[in-house]
Amino acid sequence: MLALQILIDGFAISALYALGATGFTLIFGVSGVLNLSHGAIMVAAAVAAWAAASVLHLDTYSGALVGVGVALIVSFATYFVVVKPIQNSRRIPNEEKEIFVLTGTLLWGIMIQELIAYFFTNNAKTVLPIVEGVVDIFGNRTPRNNIFTALVCCLVIGLLWLLVNRTRTGKAVLAASMNPRGVTLLGLELTQIYLVVWAIYGILAGIAGVLLGMFLGVSSYSVGPLTASAFSIVVLGGLGSVSGSLIAAFVVGYLETITAYLVSPAYRTIPALLLLVIVMYIRPQGLLGRR
Amino acid sequence: MAGFFTSRLFFISLVCVVVAATLPLYVSGYVLGLLTVAFYFGVFAMAWDLLFGFAGEVNFGPTFLIGTGAYTAGILNNQFGWSVYLCILLGALASVVAGLVLALPALRVRGPYFGLTTLVAVLMLQNFVVVFADLTGGEIGLTIPDVITINAGANYWIALGFMTTSAAILYGLSQSPIGLVLQASGQDPVQAGALGFNIVKHKLAAFIVSAFFSGLSGALLVFYFGTASVGTVVDVAVGVNVIVSAVLGGRRTVLGAALGAIFLIVAGEFLRPTGELATFIVSAVALLVVLFFPGGFLGAALSREARS
Repeated sequence: MLALQILIDGFAISALYALGATGFTLIFGVSGVLNLSHGAIMVAAAVAAWAAASVLHLDTYSGALVGVGVALIVSFATYFVVVKPIQNSRRIPNEEKEIFVLTGTLLWGIMIQELIAYFFTNNAKTVLPIVEGVVDIFGNRTPRNNIFTALVCCLVIGLLWLLVNRTRTGKAVLAASMNPRGVTLLGLELTQIYLVVWAIYGILAGIAGVLLGMFLGVSSYSVGPLTASAFSIVVLGGLGSVSGSLIAAFVVGYLETITAYLVSPAYRTIPALLLLVIVMYIRPQGLLGRR
Repeated sequence: MAGFFTSRLFFISLVCVVVAATLPLYVSGYVLGLLTVAFYFGVFAMAWDLLFGFAGEVNFGPTFLIGTGAYTAGILNNQFGWSVYLCILLGALASVVAGLVLALPALRVRGPYFGLTTLVAVLMLQNFVVVFADLTGGEIGLTIPDVITINAGANYWIALGFMTTSAAILYGLSQSPIGLVLQASGQDPVQAGALGFNIVKHKLAAFIVSAFFSGLSGALLVFYFGTASVGTVVDVAVGVNVIVSAVLGGRRTVLGAALGAIFLIVAGEFLRPTGELATFIVSAVALLVVLFFPGGFLGAALSREARS
């Protein structure tokens, strides 16, 4: 029965990781930006959903919507306040823009984290689940919300796949991730594509954040670990490769769950870190990355 | 090099050091304690700047080097009761070994990939400290029986002397031909290699020097605090502070990094009355500097001087 329990629990957390990492890798693929305020945006979404429900007394659906909306706003703010000025700056040499974006988004993430801690304290917050109750799957009591989380994640990732592969805008985004200069030569405005990507990213991070708030609960301390896990999943899968991130998310999610169940919850993150180090040595571009 | 001793930067630094050396005569022990920590932090930031500003390696894990040095020194003193100076030296050597471990992936992968490897190194060290709690004191921290001295003034002078010496060596190194080769190999490894410079050798040297000073400073800090804990020498947040210091003070200036570290620690103390908002304000100021003065404090000052 333990195996089944690991399978069920691992699936929900992996699906969440996948959702969080997809947006992260999309932005890197299209604009070369590694957004280190990622965790802060997820936590902001979860805390907003929590505040909407417990302070403004909205129902859980509206609360979740508020959370996703806040993530969208913060995502655009990240782009306009931090990333765009650095990309357009003439005083920063081109080859150093990467490290400036890293430092800038890192500081921005810390600012968001501190504001959340200031206004909503450091205490862990659990968003009220949208679906309540427990179901019995072959003798394993599983909260309905875990199943709901996994379903939503799969649905959103499916929608993203349709958007990217079946619509004109999505195809433009995909093209930009392969060759930005080629896209501009075709007469498409690169800045508009960036806006689309940051919007998609904001929504994905928002949904992931709110679901995480329901699933595990978040506090302002989760910001760093969330960013680190998204970063490692994305590098493991290959920077810029969405399908690689999906695979990597499930690998990391299951490795963590198996370790937590079979060894000890204290060692939860260690095997995934070891795997990451090994992959970096043997295949530095990640599982499905292209150079 | 000879030009440096007649430059304005040299005189300003000299005046700063002389003024700083007289501080114990008329300021309180509290201020001295604060500056002592700031000086050790300054060495962390300068050592980081040598790797990033010159060798072009984005090291997200300065605390891997610092923590290795600090914990090695602390554990040796705690377990075997060896003399403080021997422990500090061995801590610095352990840190050099850690630097070599970190250098291995750096020679294979670049940019964000290397950055992540260094981040993972810190997380592994942190896990190690927590898992081997019997040896390391775990999350509570390691108690260290010996200290160098309990005199606040003496501690301050040791820190100041250490920072000044490190600054002189690191700055001298960065301005030497070796520093130039490092800078070239950081910016364009292929071309630098084509000019006949051994990039691998130079980068390894940069890692060793950076690790040596990080570890030495970490070990000294541990013997000043009388304790080593994850929160003070290993945590990613400490590493972020080191990076922010270097970028704030001006990357590729070495001396600016120390300036940034002192500013960061003193500003954090001044903002203490604002409570939880202190970190927010410091981060916001740092972000503004990154956005509007990408050269940092010293970078902005130097470019103004160069223009006039």
